[in-house]
This record gives sequence, C-alpha cells and structure tokens, in this order.
Amino acid sequence: MNVRVPAQVLESLLIPVSALLAALLLFGIFLACLGNDPLAVFHSMVRGGFGSAFAWRNTLERAAPLMLTALCTALPAQLGLIVIGGEGALVVGGVSAALAGGLAFEDQTPWLAIAAMLIAGTAAGGAWIGLVGWLKHYRGINETITSLLFNYIAIALMNHLVTGPWRDPASLNKPSTRPVGSAHMLGDMPGLGVHWGLALALALCLVCYTVFRQTTFGFAVRIAGGNPRAARLAGLPVGLLTLITCFWAGAAAGLAGSIEVAAIQGAANASLAAGYGYAGILAAFLARQNPLAVIPVALILGGISASAGLLQRSHHLPDAAVLMLQGIIFITILSSETCYGRLQPWLDSRRRA
Amino acid sequence: MNGEALGWWGVPLAILGGAIRAGTPYLFVSLGECLTEKSGRINLGLEGNLVLGAMSAYAVSYLSGSPWLGVLAAGGTGMLLGLLHAWLCSFPKVNDIAVGIALMLFGIGVAFFFGKPYIQPAAPHLPALGFGDWSASAQVRAALEINVLFLIGLGTAPLLGWFLANTRWGLMVRTVGDSRNAAEALGFPVNRVRAAATVAGGFLAGVGGAFLSLYYPGSWNEGLSSGQGLIAVALVVFARWQPMRCLYASLLFGGAGALGPALQSVGITGGYYLFNAAPYVLTLLLMAATCSPERTLSGIPGELSVTK
Repeated sequence: MNVRVPAQVLESLLIPVSALLAALLLFGIFLACLGNDPLAVFHSMVRGGFGSAFAWRNTLERAAPLMLTALCTALPAQLGLIVIGGEGALVVGGVSAALAGGLAFEDQTPWLAIAAMLIAGTAAGGAWIGLVGWLKHYRGINETITSLLFNYIAIALMNHLVTGPWRDPASLNKPSTRPVGSAHMLGDMPGLGVHWGLALALALCLVCYTVFRQTTFGFAVRIAGGNPRAARLAGLPVGLLTLITCFWAGAAAGLAGSIEVAAIQGAANASLAAGYGYAGILAAFLARQNPLAVIPVALILGGISASAGLLQRSHHLPDAAVLMLQGIIFITILSSETCYGRLQPWLDSRRRA
Repeated sequence: MNGEALGWWGVPLAILGGAIRAGTPYLFVSLGECLTEKSGRINLGLEGNLVLGAMSAYAVSYLSGSPWLGVLAAGGTGMLLGLLHAWLCSFPKVNDIAVGIALMLFGIGVAFFFGKPYIQPAAPHLPALGFGDWSASAQVRAALEINVLFLIGLGTAPLLGWFLANTRWGLMVRTVGDSRNAAEALGFPVNRVRAAATVAGGFLAGVGGAFLSLYYPGSWNEGLSSGQGLIAVALVVFARWQPMRCLYASLLFGGAGALGPALQSVGITGGYYLFNAAPYVLTLLLMAATCSPERTLSGIPGELSVTK
C-alpha cells in the first residue's frame, strides 16, 4: 500500500509535465520546419509572459478570468458533466454587471457600486449555468449541447442589448452600455499593479478546492458524479447537488465577466466574448478538473497568450501561433489520459523481473 | 429597382434564398457529424474542419486558379483532422468530446496561422446556377442563384441515408454505433469503422468550409465562421441522426439565420441580433420538448457518449 500511493502521485505530476513537454517539442519541430529557431521562440515566450514586471501584469490579468472560466468546466466535471458554457456565462455576467454598475447604482458610493456589479454578474452567471444543470437533471437534455447553445444565445442577447435598448448613445464605433464611471471601477492591488479581480479568482479557486475536495458536500457531489444511481439509493439529492454545482460554476464565469467590466472594459461590449470561456475549458482539462491545479495552469496559459505580441514583433509569427500551441497542448494532455494507471503495473513488473 | 416592387413578398423570398445559401455549410457539416455520430463517436471539432477547410480551399483556389481543387483540398484537410480525432480517440480513456474541442482550437489555430497571406487576394469562386433567370426581378434572380455545391449536398443527404439504411457497410456503422459489444461479437473492427466514419465526416465538414470561403460570404478572413461547425452538432440532435432530416434542419437553420437580414430589408430593424439567436433557441426548445430524464432521445446511437 505504501508503494501504491507514491506511484499515483508520481503519475499525476509526471504525466501532465511530460505531455506539456511533448507539446512544446511538437510545436518546436513545427517551428523548425518553417525555418524558425525554436529555442529563440521559446525564450521569447518566457520573456513575453514572465520576463518583466509588465509581462507579469499582462499574464496575471489574463490568468484571472481564465481561472474563473476554468472553474465553470471543472466544477460540473466533479459531477461527471461536461459543461462548455463558460463563454456564455461570462458574457451574461459582464452585461449584468454593467447594468448594475452603470444604470442602477450610478449615484452610490464606490464600494456599494462595485459590490452590486460583482453580485449581479455572479448571480446572473450562476443562474445561466444553473439553468443548464436544471435542463440536464429535470429534462434530460445533454449539458454539453445545452451549454454550447447557451453561449450563442448569450452573445446574441448581449449584441441585442448593447446595440439596442441599453446602448450608450455616446459609444459610436463600438456599441457599449453606459460606462460604469472611473470612480466605480475595481482598483489595483497595492504594489502589484494588478486589479483585485486576481485576488478574487485565487480565493474562489481555493474555496472551490476546499468545498469540493474537503467537505461532505463535495464528497456527495463526487459520489453522484461517479455513480448517480448509487447516489440516489444512498439518499443523496442528486438534482439539488447538480443545481448547486452548476450555479457555482456559472457564478465563477459570471464573476470573470463582471471583473472584465469592472476592472478592464468599464462597460459591456462585444470585447467580452474574447474567448476566455473556451480557453477556460482547456485550462480545466489541463488541470484535470482540480480547482487548485487550475491556478498554475491558468498562469501558464495566460503567459503563453501574453507572449503573442512579442512573438509577432521579434519572430514575425502570426498571433495564431499561440492558438496553435494551445491546441497542441490540449491534444497531448488529453491523449496522456490514457497513460494513467499504467505506471504501477510497470513498476511491479520491473520489480518482479 | 424592380426588386423593391416585391415589398413584403421579398421577405419569404429572401428567407428561401438565405436558407439555401446559409444552410449549405450546415448541411455538409451536419451530414459529416451525422455519419460520425452514427458510428458512436461525437466530433465537436468539426468547427475546426470548417475553418481550416475554408482557408485551404481559398488558398488552393487562389494558387491553382481552380475552385474545385480548392474544394478537394478542403475535404483533404478535413480528412486529416478527422483521422487525428479518430486516432486519438482509439486510445482507452480518451474523451471524444474533449478531443473534439482540442481539435477545434488546433484547426482554427492552423487555419489562422497559414491563412494570414490569403486575407487580401481574391480567389476564383465556385460557379452558381441561375435558376431564377426567367424572372425580370433582381431579387428573384438573387434568391434562386444556387451553388453547385448545394446541389451536391442535396444529393449527398439521401445517398447517405440510403447508405446507412441499406448497405452492408451502413449496417456495420450502425452496429458499431449502437453497441460495441455486439459489433465485436460479430467480428467488426470497431475502431477502424469509427475511424472511417470520422474521416469521411471530416471530409464533408471540410467541404462545407470551402462553400464559406469560395461562395458565400466568398472570402477568407478570421471571422468567417460564426460557429456553424458547433451548431451542426446540435442540428444533428435536432435531426435525430437521420441524413434527410439533416437536410431539412439545415434549411430551417439557414432560413432562421436569414430572418433578421430579410426583415431588415423591409424596414424592421429592431431585434436584428435576437433573430440571430433564433436557430439556437429553436434547437433548445425542440430538445426540451422531446427529451425526458426517463428515456434518451429516440434514434440516438447507443454508444454515443452524450447518452451515458
């Protein structure tokens, strides 16, 4: 028994790291075939993502929404659901936050306005994915397809509201809602130059890890995910667990949307649908649906995407190079799933030999 | 303008024309997805096939001067992505839905990476047949100008239906899709059948991409696809895994997408974006009406991971 545990721990570190290295190797070969120096490109990627205070700020500001949208996939995964609706929940959260901040609370004190924005965005995102969970459990509609459709519905709704009823007449080229006002924006953390949204994202990852891995609630969720019939026989309220988990998931993505509005955009507009939701799916799978592992994964992915500009300037690589690398990483990580559970038998066979 | 004389009659006409034009990519992708899902795998990556197909079709058409070579190139890249999907999913414990999302990212990345130089130049387009040439009205002619690729799709749908229902290979695909155990007991090579179905499905999705870049909208740029490849997955659910219904559903989805612009042309501009959501809401409502937690969808292949 004391041999089996280290093999599992070793596997859960060794396999993702090797998969990541394999992806970098494949991407390096691809770059070399095109006549680029892969090592120079990788060096630029590290420099562009983590090489300076500016690069770190850029990376961290991209990592914060990624952590939250990754939770949107990782939490329902504890129940065995594949939810890919992070993009939609983020958009819905952002629009609701802009509405709360820009219209309803314009004369309030800053902290009240900010709180209203974050709560509105979180609640709206939660309701959005909560509805996906409801449709899954009570109507039997596949959550992957529903959440996918919900993304498009959310974006259409946002475009409708932003260009129509809630449009700020002053926004000419880029239709937006009314700006929330600089006084009501989410500020930077002292000394870091990164907005408070990062702290919220980190905190939520920690809370989710604790709740889903250390409490009876999380245990119940994972039982329901492993075997719904057994969970029902044991008297667990599977429907309620589904609803609560999906609400948390959507709330995380909705929080990402309200942070984008409250700390970066200042209003809701089409920039909200920038692909954080889809990159979050990647982050969740990279982290093997573990809310704590989401943090380093989001940092790596944020760093990679932050380096796109430098790659373009110093190696003349199109910014899609980053998209490609993300795709390759995703592919190798998913393929590496097949390696789990093979290390122990391999070690055993060596010992016997 | 003779066309303006049509007035309100222009709306159904524009919807019909739009249904055929906007429905063609849906048609090809959904037929491809239908075939793949019939074999028991779901490929969410067809959006990647569509975008990469659009790019390679445009590039090859521009470089060779022949749009049909472009269509073949699109199908070819689609097959490669399909092969990659099939190969990765043949390993145990690898999730086909997640691999699909990964390949979608990858395909789009590759397309944007190599597609940069082709955003500006104009490539030769696919020919269209003017079924409306008898009419003096420009609107009628525009609506009835039908691309050859749509006609090919129109033929492919019943052909695929016949293949699945009446041939030995079709039976093999359906058996593999309904029960792995039964298929193995019969000695069918499960992974190879699924690979063949995924590759063929990838080909069709790639061809759908060629229609986007070589006919309508008819240029290559990074915002070319608005998620048609992903919507086609929902469309197949909507069509209950029957190729002929995929045809009707594609026309319906294309028409629903054309509703907004058509109404805009007669002066109804409010809710333009809401009409964009029409196909998605429609799918959702239909699924809500036909699903229930007690039983799965009728017609769904038993091995499909969304049924479990």
